Amino acid sequence: MAGSQPTTIEGAVPQAARSARAPGPRFRPVSEWGPAAGLLLPTLALILWEVLARTGFLPPNWLPAPTVIADAIRDLASSGELWGHLTATLARVLAGFVLGVAAATVLGVLTGASASLRALLDPTLQALRNIPSMAWIPLFLLWLGIQEASKVTLIAVGAFFPVYLNLVQGILDIDPKLVEVGHVYGYRGLALVRRVLLPATMPAYLVGLRGGLGLAWMFVVAAEIMGASRGLGYVMIDGQASSRADLILASLVLFALLGKATDSLLVLGGRRFRRGRAT
Amino acid sequence: MPSRTPSSDESAIRLRRISKTYPRPGRADDLVALQDVDLEVAPGEVLAVVGASGCGKSTLLRIVAGLEQRHGGTVEVAGRPVTGPGTDRGVVFQEHRLLPWLTVEQNIAFAVPHLDPESRLRTVAEHVALVGLQGFERCYPSQLSGGMAQRVAIARALAPRPAVLLLDEPFGALDAFTRMQMQDEVLRIWEAERTTLVLVTHDIDEAVFLGDRVVVMSSRPGRVRRVIPVELPRPRDRTSWEFASLRKAVHQEFFQSRGREPEFQI
Ligand SMILES: Nc1ncnc2c1ncn2[C@@H]1O[C@H](COP(=O)(O)OP(=O)(O)O)[C@@H](O)[C@H]1O
Ligand SMILES: [Mg+2]
Repeated sequence: MAGSQPTTIEGAVPQAARSARAPGPRFRPVSEWGPAAGLLLPTLALILWEVLARTGFLPPNWLPAPTVIADAIRDLASSGELWGHLTATLARVLAGFVLGVAAATVLGVLTGASASLRALLDPTLQALRNIPSMAWIPLFLLWLGIQEASKVTLIAVGAFFPVYLNLVQGILDIDPKLVEVGHVYGYRGLALVRRVLLPATMPAYLVGLRGGLGLAWMFVVAAEIMGASRGLGYVMIDGQASSRADLILASLVLFALLGKATDSLLVLGGRRFRRGRAT
Repeated sequence: MPSRTPSSDESAIRLRRISKTYPRPGRADDLVALQDVDLEVAPGEVLAVVGASGCGKSTLLRIVAGLEQRHGGTVEVAGRPVTGPGTDRGVVFQEHRLLPWLTVEQNIAFAVPHLDPESRLRTVAEHVALVGLQGFERCYPSQLSGGMAQRVAIARALAPRPAVLLLDEPFGALDAFTRMQMQDEVLRIWEAERTTLVLVTHDIDEAVFLGDRVVVMSSRPGRVRRVIPVELPRPRDRTSWEFASLRKAVHQEFFQSRGREPEFQI
């Protein structure tokens, strides 16, 4: 909205008034365009892409036009397939994310709050972190089979570490001076946790949650590519098998949209914990 | 507002043989932060404490606040021994220590969780007005200047209506002009509320301007070297001859060699 304002004003100003204005920049600098600035390049690229694809410069089986990709999504939707794929992927991400976050929160609070538990647990968890998470795949397949359990577990492992690491750091970074303020006004136990410790840790925890969610989306792709009969990753593999670049790109676009949507939800939900803090 | 003055003739604060040591890592002997500090503060009195950096001023205040519980000697506030922090004592630290996620009014309300919502609203409004911050109730600490944030901290400390207000170099981080404004402000609040004040400072001017008595401390070990009464009527004229001579007396005491016994009392 803010981005389109200058042109409206420009168009509405009568000729006489316009010439009477002090000489100045006719256009606002790009830095003041707001979201419009970020959209400029992708829009131009999309137009160029469309033109190149339509004129046959880009081989359609290699990089189909944006409108063709949109058609692929529409076809998936109208055949009723899309909904099943979306919910399958979303359910996996959600289940894995919730599991990973739950484990990370319990272990993070324990190791953050108790120096003894930190000494006991943290080295092991840090060591496990050094295993590239994809390397778990064969083991999970062996243990849990090719069905949902191994996928959800892999996603949970992916979501676990950012949440755990940020939470522990967030707890360790709580300003003891603010805790003292809590003591001065008689806050102890649960009241201290609720009014001081929790809000003090929340920003770091939210950073961890966003990182964890990002990894959950990354790992759902890996999990679905390694074998699935439903889900956006399956659409990708299907597109590859049938040499349909439009299907691959369609699910890529859908992954991006879903990832962005869930991240925005998380940011929105966490906004009340970021109030008053310099960004 | 109800009077904060404790009843009868008892001292507001009584310190007896207060001592405090900190272990020194890698050394056999402990650091003696305070040794045998005896002090009494009368109800409604303003006691200023000056001393070099590291002489134990903050430690002394934290002991009275109940934040430092392992020490020698006894502390009584209004005749009751101090065993921990309590709402009978308000504390203002050198840093404002406002909770960054709460607004000005929420930070003040934080100090009175036990009140019912209606009295809490009233208390918050009263104390916002007391420090002259009407219009800033919804601001976050990050949106305030240093002086304004310290005012909020004072309002927060006073909100539970403590009998004693402990101030630890509260204006040390402010520029000279704001500092003088804040000193006037504290005086105005003290005149309205008659809270007993203990003001730790390294600013001799501030001590003489605000204190009924000025306690000069010596370093390592931290001790009371001298107590200098300031018998000037308020508001005090910082440029008067009497003010200057008292400031000089404190100065001399401040910079004398350690361990020297006082020869005279003013
Ligand atoms: N928590 C602590 N651990 C170890 N030493 C401390 C601690 N707090 C204060 N001290 C030491 O005690 C002495 C007095 O400190 P403090 O009361 O802060 O002095 P002041 O407020 O007068 O500058 C200093 O030498 C300081 O280093
Ligand atoms: Mg100090």
